[in-house]
Amino acid sequence: MTATAERPSKADTRPKSVVRLGDRVFSTATVLSGSLILVVLVAVALFLIVQSIPALTAKPGEIPQGAKSFWDYVGPLVFGTIWAALLALIIATPLALGIALFISHYAPRRISQLLGYIIDLLAAVPSVVFGLWGVLVLAPFIQPFYSTLVDKLGWIPLFAGPVSGTGKTILTASIVLAVMILPIMTAVMREIFLQAPRLHEEAALALGATRFEMIQMAVLPFARSGMVSAIMLGLGRALGETLAIAIVLSPAAVVNLHLLTSQNPNTIAANIALQFNEAQGVGLNTLIASGLILFVITLLVNMAARFVVNRRKDFSGAN
Amino acid sequence: MSVAVRNTSTRTNTLTAGKLPKGAPWGLLIVSWAIFVVIFLLLEASGTTSDFNIVGALFFGTILFDILIVVISMVVEGGRKAKDRLVTSLVATAFIVTLLPLISLIYTVLSRGLARFDSAYFSQSMRNVIGDGGGALHAIVGTLEITAIATLISVPIGLLTSIYLVEYGRGRLARSITFFVDVMTGIPSIVAGLFAFALFSLLLGPAYRAGIVGSIALSVLMIPVVVRSSEEILKIVPNELREASFALGVPKWLTIVKVILPTSIAGLTTGVMLAISRVIGETAPLLITTGFTTSMNYDLLMDRMMTLPVFVYTQYANQGPNATPFVERAWTGALVLILIVMALNLLARLIGRFFAPKLSR
Repeated sequence: MTATAERPSKADTRPKSVVRLGDRVFSTATVLSGSLILVVLVAVALFLIVQSIPALTAKPGEIPQGAKSFWDYVGPLVFGTIWAALLALIIATPLALGIALFISHYAPRRISQLLGYIIDLLAAVPSVVFGLWGVLVLAPFIQPFYSTLVDKLGWIPLFAGPVSGTGKTILTASIVLAVMILPIMTAVMREIFLQAPRLHEEAALALGATRFEMIQMAVLPFARSGMVSAIMLGLGRALGETLAIAIVLSPAAVVNLHLLTSQNPNTIAANIALQFNEAQGVGLNTLIASGLILFVITLLVNMAARFVVNRRKDFSGAN
Repeated sequence: MSVAVRNTSTRTNTLTAGKLPKGAPWGLLIVSWAIFVVIFLLLEASGTTSDFNIVGALFFGTILFDILIVVISMVVEGGRKAKDRLVTSLVATAFIVTLLPLISLIYTVLSRGLARFDSAYFSQSMRNVIGDGGGALHAIVGTLEITAIATLISVPIGLLTSIYLVEYGRGRLARSITFFVDVMTGIPSIVAGLFAFALFSLLLGPAYRAGIVGSIALSVLMIPVVVRSSEEILKIVPNELREASFALGVPKWLTIVKVILPTSIAGLTTGVMLAISRVIGETAPLLITTGFTTSMNYDLLMDRMMTLPVFVYTQYANQGPNATPFVERAWTGALVLILIVMALNLLARLIGRFFAPKLSR
């Protein structure tokens, strides 16, 4: 600002920095497309809120399934969504960590690329295919194990009976979810592990560390933020996953922690997919409002995860 | 003299002493598997179990291997090495355990999908089909068109945004874009579908269903994926390249176009292809935005349009009185979907390989 106030004197021989047209156009285009993302996000939120208002202010009797109020309707769905996603994460996180380490640091160099390709490919298996597989292959296969579990360990509340005869339980749905989010978590973690500084790894090995100690000292600290972001991606997918759940789960409007019964809490997304085409009037608004709740939940999860990632930015090593 | 000879024959090699031989873990793994295959065969022969369970045998054999290798290593090699072996075997176990459902999935899709993998499937729609026959031509065309439009929308926006974030972005705008791209990554697909549905129902009435609505929904899902992956790739372009280019007096935008993008083109392509393959199988947003139909429709702007994932879902969910042809068509649809994705991936690899610059790693 001060430079423009002064008149350039003849003695000032410093070359003026040229503002090139290409630079101007290019940087403007990048700023615009960046801002467009913010606009879209605001539009999504605004629309959901506007469309939700009729459901939030609805009188008893207008909400479908005889719920007293919107919160009464959405409560079990929220519980089901979080419960299924948490179960899936508990199953998937250790497996993803192991499989990513296996590909990046344990498998022989020659086949690791092939293994990486297989995982990349599976990241793209559509949810509807996982759903088909879950209901037609996994559920019948795993049902006998459920029966045994309920017989032997039924005194643990998680495994309380009566056992589902079809295997279409929340545990099956969570296993399918876990398999679905595994590839994407693995792909992200593997990329991060492969980027760990080679010299640090070699230094650790040269000091006599075993392979695990090398990974502990050189790879994991470097990859921590990447791992959080992988888990976050997995959680995001698990929370919003629709059709696999809609196909696999046999739902009911209940809140319970039983893994193996046929009375399972449904998830928000699956509920929307199953009801949307028949809904009308306040019913449609109710579904959209439940979509807003899902949106808020994923927003909170992402913000929490982002907070962790930012706090560890010094270690991210991406500079 | 004779003493010396006797010494060398009994003296252990100090370099390999206290270590398991090289092939020991593999041998042990095969032995553990064999043990459980035998156990399961015996159980079957004695009538305890009805049929032979290869998955169970491999699973329990792998766990037995984990226990054995740690105990043996603890005895022979000591604590630190045993810990290393434990982690190695756990990591390998994770891989094997994960492969089991994945192999099962691929095997099922292949074996059941091939039943209807015939020319009729690729040359006919489902118009006036109530039982046998019919095909998914309308769904395949719909999927390709909708995904192509979504890609055309998302890639420029996503790529430019990631360039902004890495090369230009400083201050509050860049920080909030990074933050909200993360938030957008977590948008559930069904919410994106609801958004596109409402956008067009505001403009054109609530009964409007068309392919373009689905494209918008898909690009809402695709943009953040493209941004995130491109951003990661652009970040690892060595700073020396930028500095060298600036030192030669190259303008910033030319540096980006001629130096940074070519350096990272392989990674960018892989990212875009992964983004495409992520959205090409999305079912939920298309189910509520483009609807479903049994007829051909090439027009993105008018009328309902079938897509392959929705086709698979409707074939499963709305089975006719005779379920078999419907389930068969669903599996074949799944197979075609997976094949399309595989072709995309392969293409991405080839492009990546041919255009990748030689970097040190």
